[in-house]
Amino acid sequence: MDKINSEYSIVINNVQKNFGGIRALKSVDLKVKKGSIHALVGENGAGKSTLMKILSGIHIKDGGTINIDGQDVHFTSPKQSQAHNIGIIHQELALSPDLTVAENIFLADLGFGSQLINTNQINSLAKLALDQLGFEIDPTTRLGDLSIAYQQMVEIAKSLAKNVNILILDEPSAILSDKEISVLFEKLRELKEKGVTIIYISHRLEEIFRLTDAITIIKDGTTVTELDPKTCTESDIINAMVGRTFEKLFPPKLTPSNETVLEVIDLNTARLLRNINLNIKKGEIVGLAGLIGSGRTEIARCLFGIDLMASGIIKKNGQALQINHPADAVKLGIGLVPESRKEQGAILSRSIRENMTLSNLKGSSSFFGLINRLKETTVSHKLQKSLAIKLGSIEDPISSLSGGNQQKVVIAKWLNTDCDVLILDEPTRGVDVGAKSEIYNIIVELTQKGYAILVISSELMEIIGLCHRTYVMSEGEISGELIADEMTEENIMRMALPKRAVI
Amino acid sequence: MNSIVTEQGLPTNSFSMKKGFALLAEHSTVVVFVAMMIAGYFLSDKFYSVTNITNVLRQSVPLGIVSLGMLYVILTGGIDLSVGSIMALVSVVVALMIPEYGLWIAIFAGMVVATLVGSCAGGLVSYFKIAPFIATLAMMTIARGLALIVSKGQPIFVDDVAFVDFGTGYFMGLPLPVYVFLGFSMLAHFVYKKTAFGRLVISIGSNETATRFAGIPVERFKFAVYALSGMACGVAGVIAATRTGVGSPVLALSFELDAIAAVVVGGASLAGGRGTVFKTVIGVLILSVISNIMNLMNISGYLQQVVKGVIIVLAVVLESFKSKH
Repeated sequence: MDKINSEYSIVINNVQKNFGGIRALKSVDLKVKKGSIHALVGENGAGKSTLMKILSGIHIKDGGTINIDGQDVHFTSPKQSQAHNIGIIHQELALSPDLTVAENIFLADLGFGSQLINTNQINSLAKLALDQLGFEIDPTTRLGDLSIAYQQMVEIAKSLAKNVNILILDEPSAILSDKEISVLFEKLRELKEKGVTIIYISHRLEEIFRLTDAITIIKDGTTVTELDPKTCTESDIINAMVGRTFEKLFPPKLTPSNETVLEVIDLNTARLLRNINLNIKKGEIVGLAGLIGSGRTEIARCLFGIDLMASGIIKKNGQALQINHPADAVKLGIGLVPESRKEQGAILSRSIRENMTLSNLKGSSSFFGLINRLKETTVSHKLQKSLAIKLGSIEDPISSLSGGNQQKVVIAKWLNTDCDVLILDEPTRGVDVGAKSEIYNIIVELTQKGYAILVISSELMEIIGLCHRTYVMSEGEISGELIADEMTEENIMRMALPKRAVI
Repeated sequence: MNSIVTEQGLPTNSFSMKKGFALLAEHSTVVVFVAMMIAGYFLSDKFYSVTNITNVLRQSVPLGIVSLGMLYVILTGGIDLSVGSIMALVSVVVALMIPEYGLWIAIFAGMVVATLVGSCAGGLVSYFKIAPFIATLAMMTIARGLALIVSKGQPIFVDDVAFVDFGTGYFMGLPLPVYVFLGFSMLAHFVYKKTAFGRLVISIGSNETATRFAGIPVERFKFAVYALSGMACGVAGVIAATRTGVGSPVLALSFELDAIAAVVVGGASLAGGRGTVFKTVIGVLILSVISNIMNLMNISGYLQQVVKGVIIVLAVVLESFKSKH
């Protein structure tokens, strides 16, 4: 690279990344000026995190070029990224709560080359580093005793102690209070003054207008545009984030009945959810849209008895329910296809047959809990046929299947029970397009059989194409309900983005 | 899309040695057992005598029964350190009660005590979410302490004829306790293979979260395996006492280590979900045969411990090759 680009700290050109058959990044471009704060905006799953992981050397790019301070790079490990003075601060802080602030800052090399730790030395060096940043934190404090905002500052100090001059922050404000955000912003501006280049990922548009110098918008693994926060409006950003062409993936919707099956009244949880009210009718597919962390999954967990609610009523067919354990939920006819297939949905090491019959072994047993293998095999074959699951043998481990077929087995597990309410949390995550369409068909067929279905999804097109209506969540509350044609990407996005007042 | 990372399969024309090694690893438990049986022939001419073989079988009964209970606990991803102490407690309770209440009531009471101690551990693990290691460690010292209190620290001699006869008696050439072990093994195998209980225990050990998310009352099953393990210890404690005719508070010291070793040598994973009844039985026999051969060779007890440890490592290392592909 010649020196023409030297005003840019980062120049990313046409970067691509595939995970198996799934294209996480198709073509991403990003140019960040030296000493600027640059916002990276996009829906969940747009590719922001993947891009940042490539920049920090966790993932290796499949194509395209990355240029850091005029030098072409191809990171194959986090070490190489660090050698180019890039620091990343993840949403989940990577600190040790039981060590002191100073120990956390110098964790990578506590003895400065020696095997012995000089406590006075690291404390005074940490103090120096914190003072330079203007962070008023006592380096001898136990990290866990600090508030999250101050922990985040320690993380920043830790990055900068390694001479970082490119700092990436992945949704730092999600866990901070308003006051803490103001403190953080002030510090970020000071860092900028000192010449540090900052990439700031956030869903909060107000923050972006307030803090950043440029906005790059990513959608479906592609850079859409770069906007100037001084001249653009909120609508410009939202329109750039959404605006897809409708793919022919979805079967026509069927008319639901008027019979309300599931009703949630004034549900609250200790941590997140506030006054949740929703209902689902027989044969209806209801969406639950919103950003990750907005409380969608928490509603599912409450309905399914994984988390307990602090107050509220869950009614099925007019009757109030007591759900304290998933076993209660299943007995009452509620099934859940969880968001994480590998950890929560499937027992990967066991066979397809065992996964299909897990929730209703009684149905495949003769008496006294004695499993009738013939019955079990028959049931499994029947489920396999009705959902068109592509498999070698039902005795193969479920891990041998593709993501889409694994997901079908998880759905099949519930079709083998008496459940008539199904909650599907990100039903097509990690599933290729063909299998996606098949899963949509299955879901619509289920409504024909009278199932009431709640679909939680980060994919707006999935909500719009599949659901009769949708609730939109934001920060633990239902921020709105959209019916039929009201469901547009813009409307959903507008309701989903946090509306917290910014100081 | 030429840069997609494909999964690296083994080359198809790989060495047959590799295949042979994989086969060996697949049946490592059996291979080690057969090797020991062959070694026995060369190391001692007394090994294949009828008296010796029956002796080995008889001696392996308490360990065998305890290991079956341990297997179920380990299948759920747990561990039970209280087994030896429960055996001791039951042996003294039964020995103390026989003179006053008769054989059968005493044995029944012993079983109740054993199951209760197991249930306490199960309750702590399932409902108070205490780590199995800690919960059963606590029950281990509690049960041992109780055994010492009840017995006042003294061995208690049993003069009931039927009791001692059982321990020393034979049926069709085999010691009576061996039949109990055989019966328990078949029962454990049947439950493992054919029942919903067995299936769900394995499922919990394979992925507890997904099993709970399938609507299974996971806590109840975890509770049950510790209660069952306690009960198995009760049976083993009684049988151990019949052998010597003594109920002893220091019976089966550090027996938990042998039981865990037997299950692990039998190819079970301490992480849960993997292990079979058949291989556990083989694991028990391996441990018994090692001790036996070394006794026959007059190897010192100190050295025996070292050799036993080495063979356990060997068996588990062989097993670990299997989980790598």
